[in-house]
Amino acid sequence: MDHARLKRPDLSEARIRGRYAAERRFRFYGQFAVGLAIAMLGVLLFSVCSKGYSAFYRAEIALDIMLDPAVITPDGKSDADTLASADYQGLVKEALKAQFPEVTSRGDRKNLFNLVSNGAGNSVRQAVLADPGLIGSTQRIWVVAADDMDMLAKGFIKRDLPESERVVSDTQIGWYDKLDAAGQLRTAFNAVFLSAGDSREPEQAGILGALMGSIFTMLVTVLLALPLGVMSAIYLEEFAPKNRVTEIIEVNINNLAAVPSIVFGLLGLAVLLGVFGLPRSAPLVGGMVLALMTLPTIIIATRAALKAVPPSIREAAYGIGASPLQVVSHHVLPLATPGIMTGAIIGLARALGESAPLLMIGMVAFIVDVPHWPTDPATVLPVQIYLWADSPERAFIEKTSAGIMVLLAFLISMNAIAIFVRRKFERRW
Amino acid sequence: MNAISPTLAKMHGRKVTVHYGSKQALFDVDLDVPERMVTALIGPSGCGKSTFLRCLNRMNDVIDGCKVGGEITLDGQDIYDPKLDVVMLRARIGMVFQKPNPFPKSIYDNVAYGPRIHGMAGTKGELDEIVRGSLEKAGLWKEVKERLDQPGTGLSGGQQQRLCIARAIAVSPEVILMDEPCSALDPIATAKIEELIDELRENFTIVIVTHSMQQAARVSQKTAFFHLGQLIEWGDTEQIFTSPKDERTQGYITGRFG
Ligand SMILES: Nc1ncnc2c1ncn2[C@@H]1O[C@H](COP(=O)(O)OP(=O)(O)OP(=O)(O)O)[C@@H](O)[C@H]1O
Ligand SMILES: [Mg+2]
Repeated sequence: MDHARLKRPDLSEARIRGRYAAERRFRFYGQFAVGLAIAMLGVLLFSVCSKGYSAFYRAEIALDIMLDPAVITPDGKSDADTLASADYQGLVKEALKAQFPEVTSRGDRKNLFNLVSNGAGNSVRQAVLADPGLIGSTQRIWVVAADDMDMLAKGFIKRDLPESERVVSDTQIGWYDKLDAAGQLRTAFNAVFLSAGDSREPEQAGILGALMGSIFTMLVTVLLALPLGVMSAIYLEEFAPKNRVTEIIEVNINNLAAVPSIVFGLLGLAVLLGVFGLPRSAPLVGGMVLALMTLPTIIIATRAALKAVPPSIREAAYGIGASPLQVVSHHVLPLATPGIMTGAIIGLARALGESAPLLMIGMVAFIVDVPHWPTDPATVLPVQIYLWADSPERAFIEKTSAGIMVLLAFLISMNAIAIFVRRKFERRW
Repeated sequence: MNAISPTLAKMHGRKVTVHYGSKQALFDVDLDVPERMVTALIGPSGCGKSTFLRCLNRMNDVIDGCKVGGEITLDGQDIYDPKLDVVMLRARIGMVFQKPNPFPKSIYDNVAYGPRIHGMAGTKGELDEIVRGSLEKAGLWKEVKERLDQPGTGLSGGQQQRLCIARAIAVSPEVILMDEPCSALDPIATAKIEELIDELRENFTIVIVTHSMQQAARVSQKTAFFHLGQLIEWGDTEQIFTSPKDERTQGYITGRFG
């Protein structure tokens, strides 16, 4: 051998240093990218939470309310229906009049009544229904303040602005301060936000309607898309003959994954509502539309996960006489489950945040009742957030952010379930 | 040819051809596998040994574009008969692969899987018996009896291969096919498996693919030499190794080509 001609690796210091420097640079780029992503996420979360947290408490006003039997039980009957339908709002107004006897003109009275919410009577009704024995006495009851007072209490209305530029007048601020001084004002946990449907009045608007709508919609989506998607993927990957037909199907599934979501909404409108006459604004239909949208994602992810299972495992199972179905269900599917879950969660997270296709099937309507069933009219969280963001009242700003917080919480719990399932199957040894 | 009378043979191959797509991998192979003996398949790399072996339990069915022609019988029954159930066939003809491939499950479950899916044990006690017996036959029982609930993939390569053998014999197949079972093992583990094969011969018919002439000479009674997709020569191991008829066989076993 001619040793002079033999090429050896270049072991010089400079090359080693160059390699280390390249590795350091690469690490730095990576850390920088991760840091930037975390920072942006942090800013987003902070801005949403700092704007939204105030929606979880509300201003309340304590009033000495005369529970007048003449108003509550006008014809002497005290059955539940009569008690429930009495004019409690009127009693609240009487109490306000009594508290501020100096207010006499019609216009001023109207402003005075505007201190409390339209729904202030509800607190009184609850108190009476809980204990009908109170009728005839005067009780100090905490009632919901109007949204403008709420904003004032939370400091979102600037007192130093000229009167003409704010929604509350100087007189109202005067009453407010008097109540405050007398200890008749407090902020308390806003249970309504988490237990009511939408409302035109910000202080009475809740997220529960949209949350239930989203839950029902996601339930329908999961129940349709996950089994259908996984089954189709298993069939295509493990059982279907590889020919022109399956090739065309495969290409089209990949194309479907890229179709804009609103197209699925149009499809739902034309076919589900138009041809099959399913109800408008229903989570059932929304879930079906989103399932169609999610299906390709789940199929693609599942096929990738199935492909990633080593062929040696399949051979081992076939080799001792497992049937194709046993091979898939006993060996391939458990090993593919973590990958399937990842795909499912990506698809479902996208579906949860989707609003465009749902607008097409009427899930954008103003719906006050909390849905109790997938066919009840409903809206979903992203649409609700959009509706609130579009409302002119100042008090809806915090609701918008709080709605986003609820949406994020929903998303996180959905992810947690998927991660739990993935962990359970991830013991690949 | 040193033909065995057909009645003695467990499996017959007649004019077996295999195509992978348009490429032909086996040409008219006629080979008999005698009962309760070890048949070794030898030949240079790519000559079609694995392909032939996989024909015997129809593992080639799983491969896209693979077409098998000719006739192969098990106890006189055509195994490529469309009416025959492949799953039952594979329960009768077990297979051990070149690379150990235990399931990512516990040692116990690895061995118990076959008996379970074939309904071989009515009770837990019976199943325990089968698992224990198979592990004992595979010479692994002493090493793993304390940790049957631990993952099979956590064993050493040689132990994994013996686990795979235990898994194959747990369903009491009539024939066991082994594709280079020792290629990833050290000499000691190899010796153990060779010993095991020798013992298994009492109850099972064995076909083994090997690249080691010594191994073929040590464990087998019959040897078949493949070359470029053709069966060149087959017969008693002793005769093949001492007085081969074909000069290609001669060349291969003496190490002149391959
Ligand atoms: N799945 C497959 N697809 C296409 N061709 C294949 C396939 N499997 C094997 N072949 C071809 O068939 C021929 C025989 O292959 P086979 O695996 O049977 O060889 P072998 O004798 O087992 O070789 P080795 O000793 O290296 O394992 C080879 O030419 C190989 O390339
Ligand atoms: Mg091979």
